[in-house]
Amino acid sequence: MSERRLPPDSEAAALLTKHSKRVDLFRYLCALAAVASVGLLFWIVGHITYEAWPAIRTYGLSLIYSTEWNANFNRYGVFPYVMGTAVSSLIAMVIAMPLGVLIAIFLSEDFLPPAIRQIFRFLIELLAAIPSVVYGLWGIAVVIPLVQSWGGYAAGGVGKWLPLFAGPAYGNSLLTASLVLALMVLPTITAISRNSLQAVPHVLREGAYSLGATRWETIYGVLLPTAAPGIVASAILAMGRAMGETMAVAMLIGNSSRLSWSLLSPAGTLAGLLANEFAEAEGMVINTLMYVAVILMLMTLLVNIIGDRILAFSVRKVKGLI
Amino acid sequence: MLRTGAVFTILISAFTFPSKGATQLNGAGATFPSPIYQRWGQDYNKTNPDVQVNYQSIGSGAGVKQFVAGTVDFGASDAAMSDEEIAKAPAGVVMLPMTAGSIVLAYNLPGVTDLKLSRDAYTGIFLGTVAKWNDPVIAKENPGVTLPDMPISVAYRSDGSGTTFVFTQHLSAVSADFKGKVGVGKQVTWPVGVGGKGNEGVTALVKQSPGAIGYVEYGYATHTGLAFATLQNKSGAFVKPTPASGAATLATVQLPANLRIWPTDPVGADNYPIATFTWIVVPKTFPDKAKWAVLKAWLTYDLTEGQKVADSLGYIPLPAPVVEKDKAALETIQ
Repeated sequence: MSERRLPPDSEAAALLTKHSKRVDLFRYLCALAAVASVGLLFWIVGHITYEAWPAIRTYGLSLIYSTEWNANFNRYGVFPYVMGTAVSSLIAMVIAMPLGVLIAIFLSEDFLPPAIRQIFRFLIELLAAIPSVVYGLWGIAVVIPLVQSWGGYAAGGVGKWLPLFAGPAYGNSLLTASLVLALMVLPTITAISRNSLQAVPHVLREGAYSLGATRWETIYGVLLPTAAPGIVASAILAMGRAMGETMAVAMLIGNSSRLSWSLLSPAGTLAGLLANEFAEAEGMVINTLMYVAVILMLMTLLVNIIGDRILAFSVRKVKGLI
Repeated sequence: MLRTGAVFTILISAFTFPSKGATQLNGAGATFPSPIYQRWGQDYNKTNPDVQVNYQSIGSGAGVKQFVAGTVDFGASDAAMSDEEIAKAPAGVVMLPMTAGSIVLAYNLPGVTDLKLSRDAYTGIFLGTVAKWNDPVIAKENPGVTLPDMPISVAYRSDGSGTTFVFTQHLSAVSADFKGKVGVGKQVTWPVGVGGKGNEGVTALVKQSPGAIGYVEYGYATHTGLAFATLQNKSGAFVKPTPASGAATLATVQLPANLRIWPTDPVGADNYPIATFTWIVVPKTFPDKAKWAVLKAWLTYDLTEGQKVADSLGYIPLPAPVVEKDKAALETIQ
């Protein structure tokens, strides 16, 4: 100890203050960025609510449960759009979730040589970079004819007794929009799930093997439960993306405000309603559309809160493991 | 590096700032006349290289809003401007019909190339009361045509559109039922059918689904090779949509002083029932005198030379009396 030469006290103090000054500046910058982004959120929400206020006061909750949207006669109800938003994103999630998690497992295990795995991963994440208008155009050219012809068969067969596939089968339908949405949220689910699967400590895997578990027992019994928080987080993000997606959905869903049980019928979403109506809106219609935006934000908030609960639950289960 | 920088600066200044003496005319509005306005701008630029017309097709309503806000030199609208909108414009408004077009009912029925629709038939289709192609109302006017036992799938514009405004205005003039249930507007709630976004959305709907029918502009329908129906007009005659039958409709119109009128339900035997003007709106007191001289010269060119290209682009050339009234209106602007 005594051999070690320490700088004189004054020097050490100077070094320390210099260092802490730099740290302070960095801390302030971080704080500023955090406050700015939260402030921006409040600003946006505040402004939208302010613009929506006349409509909120006039229509109140009736906007949410009324089923007729007819701006010409000042009748505003968005229930069909609320349903369309919820159902189209749920169907998309039901399709994309298992698919995305399976892809994530496939890409995080050593089924393939690392180089090929990288290519796969890259290609799937590239799906996220395609602009949504391109998804819309692709949907018009490819998915609509497919849904129309297969939907026609389904409507003529099971559709006779199953209202979900009742005819007439339209190409621009809830099903078409949901299928394209599923593809659009797939990269989000895959990328985040894969990361969290890879982050599972090796000791856990090795421990499972050493206890005699097979690869699939390890995946289902150890890896997936341990990575669950990340997978849940990917689902929350994907659901948010699906609910807010505008362009592709507006191009594919048929933009109808009529309620129907059939997946092959046209429907509408809140985001699509906003995109279609905003450009030509006047006066009270603008306030009402702002109110619609508030409803969409509240729906997203609700999904996030539910997701957060599930996340907290799954984190508690794997506590101490990672 | 320095040299590249210098070249770059020159390039940027060449593209963004017109050189000295050049004038840029900024307009925004309706999508329907956008191709012909662009063409007029390009053609005029060839003979007058120092005038650049920059037209953004952002929709009639948005164009009127920008015009009222004073961010553009001229606005363009298929629905002209309502009295409320005119009241908001601080410098007054002069509305000039610049070109015109017909709206056709494009359909997709394999094997049927010539479809006639009576007034009852097409209003019924868009009200949802005529739901099958072999409905007696349709069959009655189409003897010898085998109409399939197929549901009619109606395609409409889901986004706000001047086309919808003109079409619903016509349907409301024909049918009191339609007026009461749906009404007139750039965007309405249709009792039946599927909404496509934009002309291309409606066109895709009609092209892809056998049994579909939708309303699009004549130029758009011919351009994309859609079949369209012959419609019955008020006199009871069945008229094919052609530039000539559209022009006949517009010739019947008596323009009022503000030049804003629609032939909502023309009576002549040779009149195609759904045709409309489309307007450019200019402030009555133009803020920049020098710029107004340039804009006026361009608008005069559009009304004379410009009308000659209308036919080839799928528009209807303005009847001569309308051109005269437009020119007179140009003189009232200061």
